[in-house]
Amino acid sequence: MDFTKVVLASLLIASPIAAQEGHGVSPADLERGMQIFLNNCAGCHGPDGDLISGVALYSGRFRRAQGDNELRRIVQNGIAGTPMPPGNYTDEQAGMIVAYLRSMAATGGGKLTGPPGNAESGKAIVEGRGQCLECHRIGRQGTITGPDLTGIGRMRRAVDLEKSLVDPDAEIRPDNLTVRAVAADGTPITGRLLNMDTYSIQILDARSASLRTLKKDELRDYEVMKKSPMPSYRGKLSEQEISDVVSYLVSLKEQM
Amino acid sequence: MNARFLLLTALAAAAASAQTPFERIANAAKDPQNWLTYSGRLDGQRYSTLAQITPANVKDLELKWVLQTRAPAEPNSKYEATSLVRDGILYTVQPPNVVVALDAASGRIFWTYAYDPSRESRPCCGRVNRGLALLGNTLFMGTLDGNLIALDARDGHLMWSTRLGRPEEGYSVTVAPLVVKDKVIAGPAGGEFGINGYLAAYSAETGKEVWKFHTIPQPGEPGHDTWGGDSWKHGGGSIWTTGSYDPELNLIYWGVGNAGPDWNGDPRPGDNLYTSSLIALDADTGKLKWYFQFTPHDEFDFDATQVPVLADLTWHGKPRKVVMTANRNGFFYVLDRVTGEFLLGKSFAKVTWASGLDEKGRPIRTGHSTAEGSIVYPENQGATNWYNPAFSPRTGLMYVPCWMDTWSVYTSRLEPYQEGNWYSGGGATHNIPALRPGPVTRRLPETAWGAIQALDPETGDVKWQFKMTDVTDSGVLATATDIVFAGGREGYFYALDARTGAVLWKTMLGGAMSAGPTAYAVDGKEYISIPAGNAVFTFGLRDE
Repeated sequence: MDFTKVVLASLLIASPIAAQEGHGVSPADLERGMQIFLNNCAGCHGPDGDLISGVALYSGRFRRAQGDNELRRIVQNGIAGTPMPPGNYTDEQAGMIVAYLRSMAATGGGKLTGPPGNAESGKAIVEGRGQCLECHRIGRQGTITGPDLTGIGRMRRAVDLEKSLVDPDAEIRPDNLTVRAVAADGTPITGRLLNMDTYSIQILDARSASLRTLKKDELRDYEVMKKSPMPSYRGKLSEQEISDVVSYLVSLKEQM
Repeated sequence: MNARFLLLTALAAAAASAQTPFERIANAAKDPQNWLTYSGRLDGQRYSTLAQITPANVKDLELKWVLQTRAPAEPNSKYEATSLVRDGILYTVQPPNVVVALDAASGRIFWTYAYDPSRESRPCCGRVNRGLALLGNTLFMGTLDGNLIALDARDGHLMWSTRLGRPEEGYSVTVAPLVVKDKVIAGPAGGEFGINGYLAAYSAETGKEVWKFHTIPQPGEPGHDTWGGDSWKHGGGSIWTTGSYDPELNLIYWGVGNAGPDWNGDPRPGDNLYTSSLIALDADTGKLKWYFQFTPHDEFDFDATQVPVLADLTWHGKPRKVVMTANRNGFFYVLDRVTGEFLLGKSFAKVTWASGLDEKGRPIRTGHSTAEGSIVYPENQGATNWYNPAFSPRTGLMYVPCWMDTWSVYTSRLEPYQEGNWYSGGGATHNIPALRPGPVTRRLPETAWGAIQALDPETGDVKWQFKMTDVTDSGVLATATDIVFAGGREGYFYALDARTGAVLWKTMLGGAMSAGPTAYAVDGKEYISIPAGNAVFTFGLRDE
């Protein structure tokens, strides 16, 4: 699924909140909603929203809430008589969480397509044949040119990781965009986009693994790539191997 | 470009930057475009040899960029962190523990790492942090909830975390750590919560403890007998401002905090080593080489945590390796840093707790904290405090931010120790707002005032004094062009003539300064940067 479609779907779903508050739901809002969810809700509900029996947050259907306003109130006030505690969120934060919950349903409902995976086998693939650590870091291993996979299991759903492995271009998160530029003297420059304004671009330079500012008026050309530099593993790894890798990545909960 | 090529080039670059990391810090005086450690240099001088900004052109300074904090700070969340700069990247800590890496020339952010301290944190005096240390590609930060953590300077990735003390017991880490060789030196704050203090070295690579020096000597250690009964157990001896290092002597110099309980000395008879002392430790082993106690049996919260300034002087006709400190207790000291010998001590503000110092530098006590309350000068915040001093080898003068003519009513009372509770043994009232700077000042100017003073290490004389209506929590910076940069609570940021104290330039930043200025250069352009209020302000000369 194209990322813009995901956002569009989320915008449509979240429109009651958007209309009330006078602003739309941006990719950054969804990202923030996801972070809040993963940091505060996933401990009980799981990153896929399926850990509590009978509560399928990923499904887009909620027994106790008809609309977004009710859902937001539950996020803020909890549910009396149940283990669901109140959360100290502003209306804006609660709205972001709700938008993220809605987007879970719009992005596959957390259902994996492959067979059950084996994390240990997945680890061997990540560290060996998959060559994942040539661009990614896990703890003290690997490099920093690609997205950091340390603790990725706390930050991404299994279904998202699976999708990234087989179709890395489908959804490139704002944190993981790549800039390709050509300096005035013709030198090619590649790096992860960290920040950007009218006059400059801040990147983590892939060649030197260092922080760098590019001044736009000193570049011959630049673009924010719409495709991921990561290769698709569809056909390179079997379905079982992809499930194994996903299982391993989901098991990475530690922050360092 | 394939992934393998990226890997190889990244590894090559990482190896290049890590080849001589500590040598860069040790030779910071020859590398003035960077600010690699808390004081800019290991000798604590906070003296920059950059020479582009001069007394003649300083009036042409203009604002280059501002970094706003993400949210308004809490009233006590002063911005006390000195920024570090390496190769055009500036690293700062927004209170309490938010690390930001940004372009030092433009202020544009590369990454942010927001550490969320435990709600069990019990900082005595605000949710503050005094800055980072840097080695190779790793940043080190103390956290409000008692940890020392390491981050990858390239992306803010958490590398390791080491617990220095439980926040439930009042342990916090607010000091900017000091890197010495392959170790990170730090210790816990918490002198108002009855902690048992120490200074320790941790492996920069792993965070594992290499050595530990107990600032409160444990049973069997020399100095333990300076504590009556079991009073040592909660004796304080906190660490919260950065020390200095002499590579030639391989000695670390570090100031130790107050004794606990702060204002009642009765439960802890004795001198209470090594509280309110300067300690000189072997950098490899942590063994004590010498110590000097400024305020034995402190009853006034006179931490000796001020930055020790190392200099090689011709002192009364003889070359001397000295360490200088303008102490919170109101006296300026010059010691031989090889032996700890007392060379000079003289008050630089009104002092009534002691009538003077004897020939060995021990104070002649005249004031005490009492049950009924006693007025004693200087006040509880001291005649100076964490606000860093500077020293110029060109002028030979030490520049000290001072609180003048301040007093407190010191009251003592018996207070049992209870874990996690305030353990101060009384109270201190003030004649000026002590901790919380405010935008409005309404009081008689003569009741207390602030100053930058230039002290002569040879005599202790005040060579010049720049007076401010309000007091100052701002550090100072000296430059090789004879400028002293300084700020204050009023919100003015000044460039003063280092030889006369005359104002060469000033600007209003609209918030109190509680950190030290840094000087650095990017692409040949010099910048001066300082946090004020909730933001970081950076100045440079107008582009031609």
